[in-house]
Amino acid sequence: MSGIVIVGAGQAGASLAAKARMLGYSSSITLIGEEAIPPYQRPPLSKGYLLRDMDLERLFLRAPSFWKQQDVDLKLGAPVTAIDRTGKSVRSDGISIPYDQLVLATGSCPRSLPKKIGGELKSVYTIRTVADVNAMAAEFHPGRKLLIVGGGYIGLEAAAVGAKLGLDVTLIEMSPRILQRVAAFETSNFFRRLHIQNGVRILENTGLDRLTGDGRVSGAVLSDGTELTVDFVIVGIGISPRTLLAEEAGLTVENGIMTDAHGRTSDPSIWSAGECASFPAGGGQIRLECVGHAIDHAELVACNILGASSRYEPKPWFWSDQYDVKLQIAGLNTGYDRVVERWGEDRSGSIWYYRQSRLLALDAVNDPRAYLIGKRIIEAGQTIAPQFVSDPSTDIKALLSAATSVEPSVT
Amino acid sequence: MIKITYVEHNGREHVIDVPRGATVMEGARDNGIPGIEADCGGACSCATCHAYIDSNWVGKLPAKEAMEADMLDFAYEPDPSRSRLTCQIKVNEALEGLILHMPERQA
Repeated sequence: MSGIVIVGAGQAGASLAAKARMLGYSSSITLIGEEAIPPYQRPPLSKGYLLRDMDLERLFLRAPSFWKQQDVDLKLGAPVTAIDRTGKSVRSDGISIPYDQLVLATGSCPRSLPKKIGGELKSVYTIRTVADVNAMAAEFHPGRKLLIVGGGYIGLEAAAVGAKLGLDVTLIEMSPRILQRVAAFETSNFFRRLHIQNGVRILENTGLDRLTGDGRVSGAVLSDGTELTVDFVIVGIGISPRTLLAEEAGLTVENGIMTDAHGRTSDPSIWSAGECASFPAGGGQIRLECVGHAIDHAELVACNILGASSRYEPKPWFWSDQYDVKLQIAGLNTGYDRVVERWGEDRSGSIWYYRQSRLLALDAVNDPRAYLIGKRIIEAGQTIAPQFVSDPSTDIKALLSAATSVEPSVT
Repeated sequence: MIKITYVEHNGREHVIDVPRGATVMEGARDNGIPGIEADCGGACSCATCHAYIDSNWVGKLPAKEAMEADMLDFAYEPDPSRSRLTCQIKVNEALEGLILHMPERQA
């Protein structure tokens, strides 16, 4: 009984276990999670769950009984501390668990602020787990002063929840604009305006010098010298792949646990899937931080463990909910040199990213039709001439039939 | 518990007891019924929980909101009258006996 052992019971680990069973894998599957609760969705943590719109049970990826029905041995609250590659086993909770094929689906951990600038004061939080959100729930009272460090999606979603619940929210971003790392100027402008309209104070080009307080945080000194009074702080400054276990086991780590196009690490019996894994794309090793990737990558690895030999072709998509705005993103905008906008009525519209004539990605706000059309064009390896996109008189559905294959010179 | 019949594209039927307050999507997902993927977990963001409502039931469901209708426009083989995103349908007593059919695949 030493079948598939999966380290990490997040989206990737859970998808892999379910897929392997669906494909008819009949040996043992052990899914080991560090947290004490069954596999759950993380995206709502900074949205509906933080807003207390959603119960814990709603977060579960499957009903807890599903794992038993599928004969998946779910070990919870059991961090894995070491891998013995020679003996083919992992160590967890004081016991040794043998594997035939091992999968590392360890995900990421949020970056935190250094201790010397107050990162370890009480009431300074990050958002990654249910426990993180439960710990901060009692802080969300109308009128309290929330400082958010970092203007990425996590920070903006938390700001939206704070504003909705009547808190006094300030968000600081070190870069010249929020979402700078992930989106175009036009998208940043849209979300800045949205947050300001909802009463959030957005300070760009503004870093954090330090947090202050005696045991508990009570203030912040910003990079321009401004001093703020704060009741609590949420830090959203990015995540790092969890690679320690792989490194200690001597696996190759390069921007995440390095895998080949099949999801295999430098040890042929060990695979890696989801956020912690880097995979070959565009001449380098990239990582993706999104649910769609965690599912697709994990399912591909499940197929390959069972002998498929398929290569991974990422089809990334993302979403974010802030106030009454749904943002949907398809593709990856890395390397864009041109942006085309298409706006409709009622604050709905889309921002399309091109490199030369090739469509790379789009951000759609309250415009699911644009999102789905753009996604379809990108995933088909096609493009659409920018002048069709930007002309609001072009019927949105006509974009699909106007899509063309990408010229070889720009692929 | 409310009884809902999920019919796979190949005709296989699953009669499932779904708790009141859950969504039709969650009833399928929690019971491992193939055909509904629900990658976004029910956030009306991905259009992979599409199903066709049995004709007799179409008028008995709450109407679609604009977001759902727009997403459905680009589902795989949508049917303007019968297609729904199952994550947007909350289960209550009025749905006792609901029958729905899975598409050949999700978008």
